[in-house]
Amino acid sequence: MSDQVSRFKPEEGRDVIIPEDVRDQLLLTTESDDELNEHMLGPMKKTGPVFWISLAILGAIFFWGLYAWGYQIRWGFGVAGINRPVYWGMYISTFVFWVGISHAGTMISAVLRVFKADWRRPITRGAEAMTMFALLMAGLFPMIHVGRIWKVYWMVPYPNNRYLWPNFQSPLMWDMVAITTYLVGSSLYLYLALIPDLGMARDKSTGWRYQLYRALALGWRGTEPGWHKLEKALGIFAIVIIPIFLSVHSIVSWDFAVTVQPRWHSTILPIFFIIGAVFSGLSALASILVLVRWGMKLQFFIRKEHLNNIGLLVMVAGLAWVYVWFAGLIVEWYGNMPVVKELLHDEWYGDLAPFFWTMMVCNVLPIIFLMFKRARTNPALLLFLTLMVNVGMFIERFLIVAGNLTRNYLPFDWGEYKPTWVSLSIVAMTFAGFIMFYMIFTRLIPYVPVWEVKQGRLRFGTRRVGRVEEVTITQVD
Amino acid sequence: MAKAEKNLLENEEKADNIRWGLVIDQDHCTGCQACVVACHAENNVPVVGEEEAAYHRAAHWIRIERYWDGEYPNLKARFRPVLCQQCTEAPCEAVCPVYATYHNDEGLNGQIYNRCIGTRFCGSACPYKVRMYNWFDPEFPEPLDQQLNPNVTVRTRGIMEKCTFCVQRIRRVQEDAKAEGREVADGEIMPACAQSCPTNAFTFGNLNDPDSKASQLATSRRAYRLLDDLGTGPAVIYLQGGETNV
Repeated sequence: MSDQVSRFKPEEGRDVIIPEDVRDQLLLTTESDDELNEHMLGPMKKTGPVFWISLAILGAIFFWGLYAWGYQIRWGFGVAGINRPVYWGMYISTFVFWVGISHAGTMISAVLRVFKADWRRPITRGAEAMTMFALLMAGLFPMIHVGRIWKVYWMVPYPNNRYLWPNFQSPLMWDMVAITTYLVGSSLYLYLALIPDLGMARDKSTGWRYQLYRALALGWRGTEPGWHKLEKALGIFAIVIIPIFLSVHSIVSWDFAVTVQPRWHSTILPIFFIIGAVFSGLSALASILVLVRWGMKLQFFIRKEHLNNIGLLVMVAGLAWVYVWFAGLIVEWYGNMPVVKELLHDEWYGDLAPFFWTMMVCNVLPIIFLMFKRARTNPALLLFLTLMVNVGMFIERFLIVAGNLTRNYLPFDWGEYKPTWVSLSIVAMTFAGFIMFYMIFTRLIPYVPVWEVKQGRLRFGTRRVGRVEEVTITQVD
Repeated sequence: MAKAEKNLLENEEKADNIRWGLVIDQDHCTGCQACVVACHAENNVPVVGEEEAAYHRAAHWIRIERYWDGEYPNLKARFRPVLCQQCTEAPCEAVCPVYATYHNDEGLNGQIYNRCIGTRFCGSACPYKVRMYNWFDPEFPEPLDQQLNPNVTVRTRGIMEKCTFCVQRIRRVQEDAKAEGREVADGEIMPACAQSCPTNAFTFGNLNDPDSKASQLATSRRAYRLLDDLGTGPAVIYLQGGETNV
């Protein structure tokens, strides 16, 4: 890429004031393209003992979870701790959690791409990869939670001589279609944006890495028509994936909202789920960015401005979550239906109270902290706060799924639910699997879209206004 | 199977104007649980044992719900046998991804065991919580293994099951009547729960036939349907218990 736009030079002129946030901006960096490449490719080849030890521990948890899954298949679903009336427990909660996590990837990369928010550039790939791996983990649950996994293919509409067809009235079918579409769409989106970086990595690598990147780069040469096609494809994908991202979590919420179960049967559930998903997904992304930044020493690419911005987004999503939660609650509260009253009472003072109040603390306290820039730009604090949010959001899903099922219209059938080692192991398996695959991904694939950073640099320059050096953004079309 | 042939079969089985229903008189119910035992025996429902039952896993297709009314010493026990309500607008049917539960021409809410993959969505959607899940492979300890009903499938682990209104008995009576070239008489079909009830609390019959005993009882002033306001349209009609309840 050519270097035509005047670039900020950090000269300490006596009468020029350079604000700190201008000096630190990634897109104003004066390093050469080669140096940028090296900043990305260097850390990928470094794997310290921490990396391997954590990988070993995660792998152990993952395989233990696989054993638990096999145990459940062999002996029956009874080992998973659910019962009547709590027919859905940890598995569906975790499924909703992972689908929620997957939402921030598109949120960041597609929505911010459409709105041309330039700060997104170095973190889009991390977000998209998070979407993909979270969806892979979510996609396991339809298989984990059926009683006869060996018949799970009956949910697929395939032609057969008995004219048996899945029931497209069922939200589970919508789920399957939506999640498959989202997984395919977001993987393609991730891959498209990867191609130029794979080409770059191919040109800078040797050995097996060269072979890998050469195969993956699909012969990318960086020609003019190539760039045009790529930009066009990304533009289309960014638009198309937004309705998919909205529909997926609406559909997940309809798994619950289409039933007549008290507190599930509600029109606010889809928007509550979407907002909650964005809240937990952005928080997860913030946690991951802090960890990857620390683990791979990517302080050059992921700077305070990015942590600050993502912290702001988490805060806004959190405020929206509180609003929608309250809007749903007040209708239920004033509706004053006996079962709903019982459920609310149970959440606030009863058996579910420890969960509920932990959730409220975990979801609301970070919002207050994140209102302050000092908290948003402190990586350790940001990590702590966003992990807190996800603890809260996991509990939120647990309360919605298992908590609400403990009560129903016939008091004779009220029940309780205790997760077992099997269900906890399988849930832990997906967490370990997600982190493990993500860690491997960061070492195999350029984590930061370097070409996007280089491209963004073209738009950014500085200009002196009076005695202050100000950022200027050029419109490039 | 060719499509034409399939349609032919479906049309042949189409019964006219039948809506099976069950009327339960709560004034008669003493809560003796005979129907529960009879149902277990008739439908090969496994006995799960004390521990599992305490953890809400007892697989009773029919259960006696007992509620205490009033304060001690003016206490009344209210009994209500609850079984699958065979809803007209069944919440369970729409949500099954593989059509394992469906509505048949006689108003029965059918459950196809070998089609079920065990998502338990129907169980979550059912407001009456009458759908039972096979948490483990069924066990029939001696001497229960000697009395399995050959007309009913034994279900494997991981699938849903529920009250069928003893569909095997309905079919047997219908076939006998057809062989003898006559109509099915009112009261000829008797589910196991109705047969075993010592106080005749259950009346089974065709609700679409205005002359049947069941449909006449259903017009009683005491008649109500469980959670009727949910709009599920149950085929089980309760006759409210009054002062005679123990």
